[in-house]
Amino acid sequence: MKIKKMMKVAFLLSSFVFLLAIITACTNDGVFNSDKEKMESGRIKIDGSSTVFPIMEAVSEEFRLKYPKVEAPVGISGTGGGFEKFVKGETDISNASRPMKKKEKKAAKENKINYTSFELAYDGLSVVVNKDNHFINHLTIDELKKIFLEKNKAKTWADVRKGWPNRKIEVFSPGTDSGTYDYFDDVILQGKPLRRDAELSENDNILVQGVSGSKYAIGFFGFAYYAANKDKLKAVPIDGGRGPVEPDAETIKSGKYSPLSRPLFTYVNNQSLKTNKAVYDYIEFTLENAGRLASSDDIGYVALPDENYKKQLKILNELVKK
Amino acid sequence: MIHKKVKRRKAINHLAKFMFLLATLLTLSVLGILLCQIFLDGKEYVTLDFITSFPSRFYEKSGIWAAIWGTIWVMAVTIPLSFMIGVGTAIYLEEYAKKTMFATFIQMNIANLAGVPSIVFGLLGLTIFVRFMGWGQSVLSGGLTMTLVVLPIIVVAAQEAIKTVPKELKEASFAMGATKWQTTIHVVLPAALPGILTGTILAISRAIGETAPLLVIGAMAYVAFVPDGLLSAFTVLPIQIFNWTTRPQEEFHGLAAAGIIVLMIILFIMNGLAIWLRNKFQNTSRK
Repeated sequence: MKIKKMMKVAFLLSSFVFLLAIITACTNDGVFNSDKEKMESGRIKIDGSSTVFPIMEAVSEEFRLKYPKVEAPVGISGTGGGFEKFVKGETDISNASRPMKKKEKKAAKENKINYTSFELAYDGLSVVVNKDNHFINHLTIDELKKIFLEKNKAKTWADVRKGWPNRKIEVFSPGTDSGTYDYFDDVILQGKPLRRDAELSENDNILVQGVSGSKYAIGFFGFAYYAANKDKLKAVPIDGGRGPVEPDAETIKSGKYSPLSRPLFTYVNNQSLKTNKAVYDYIEFTLENAGRLASSDDIGYVALPDENYKKQLKILNELVKK
Repeated sequence: MIHKKVKRRKAINHLAKFMFLLATLLTLSVLGILLCQIFLDGKEYVTLDFITSFPSRFYEKSGIWAAIWGTIWVMAVTIPLSFMIGVGTAIYLEEYAKKTMFATFIQMNIANLAGVPSIVFGLLGLTIFVRFMGWGQSVLSGGLTMTLVVLPIIVVAAQEAIKTVPKELKEASFAMGATKWQTTIHVVLPAALPGILTGTILAISRAIGETAPLLVIGAMAYVAFVPDGLLSAFTVLPIQIFNWTTRPQEEFHGLAAAGIIVLMIILFIMNGLAIWLRNKFQNTSRK
């Protein structure tokens, strides 16, 4: 008898969770979809950059209020990881903090994936130092190179500019898989290796902690992380040849904060756009709302000029008509 | 002379005791500080709303409902599968397989697999379940990948449990004319069950906390629905927590701590269950 009882308990244990899942699956229909109107339903697969993620998360959240039956989960595989899935046709929409690379375009072509890219917002890559750092008033591109490149690297701040303290520079940088690093690499490092003693992290909060922990530290990341940590950090005005410019909504939008302001993209599979109505609705909704959502305080990016969104909506409409 | 030696040995004895105590206290205090910190950070965020809400970009409205159900769905695939296959493998290896080169080879591989980093299983899952089988980034792919992660651990634990069943019990059963199958199901398994269950639950606890393999197969970061089937997209608790820690806003770090508290409670309950089951069945099988 006891043996039977024990086996029963074992069986119950292993199936307990399963039963629970089935029960809720059934009750969910009753709780959440009490009005049985025929609403548009569908599934959209969205993946890609973690920098763009906050915008798309906000879009998905608002989108759900309008289309409650459409499932639009967002993944964070990174720009490169997202494209890898996108060019195989595994995802409908891929977020990116840099344009698609040649290699990725080639892969898409081989798999016969046609796509369209849309700009969502601007980000100003912010170079930041500690709040208590009072000697840096601005940095030129050459000085940035001295600080971040391995070759001929500056050991102390005095090596960067005369008169600055003779203290060791501590460098913090996003990980090499991130689109943010790619962009910095493109514009400042120009393909040459980053200094080896730099501390790398995929988690931007680690970088914030690192820079806010030392008076002689410097780092860079997306504008949103600077905006949320203004009490601990100071953005360094960058002199791109036309005088020092500090990153803020105005200078990023106008392109005056150059060369470190960059557009954020989302790529959509044309096939999905035509065959899956939910994908079309989602992109339309994104273009209508991305500016407002991206520039809200919770997210901290900069909206494109209004007419850019309108232009892109037109492009979207023409795509579907074809 | 002898007196001196005894004194010295006693001193060494005391020193050893002190060192081991220190090691224990060090481990416990690190754990204690960690738990305290997390509890202080997260306690004000653990509310009923937090548990029953979907994630949101506003921290006040954000919750872990989707992550909890994602975890349950993945476990609903992993637990029955890994238990059945794992115990089946252990029974085969211990009771049926002859100790040939082949069996030793399998045995060695299983022991090695138990030590393979979980991200490797994630890559395997991505290739087989997501791409080759075409199940995509779904509960099914996630659950099967997790099954791969915990299977070797369960097999090893179940084997150890079966090994401890006294030979006399089996021989008595055979002497009564029972077949191997009858002996296994009526004698060996019941006696080994406490050990098997403990091992399984500990392995499952590990699976609940795993992030890496699920990130690789493409679990989502923002999910605002409860999975409605095996092919549904999903997220799990550790991924939701990881996602919140990467946010710039402080409040989300509080939410992450709150998520960790919920995850810890679930793990504590499961470990408690493991201990309770072990004690219960150990007592009954001796009577």
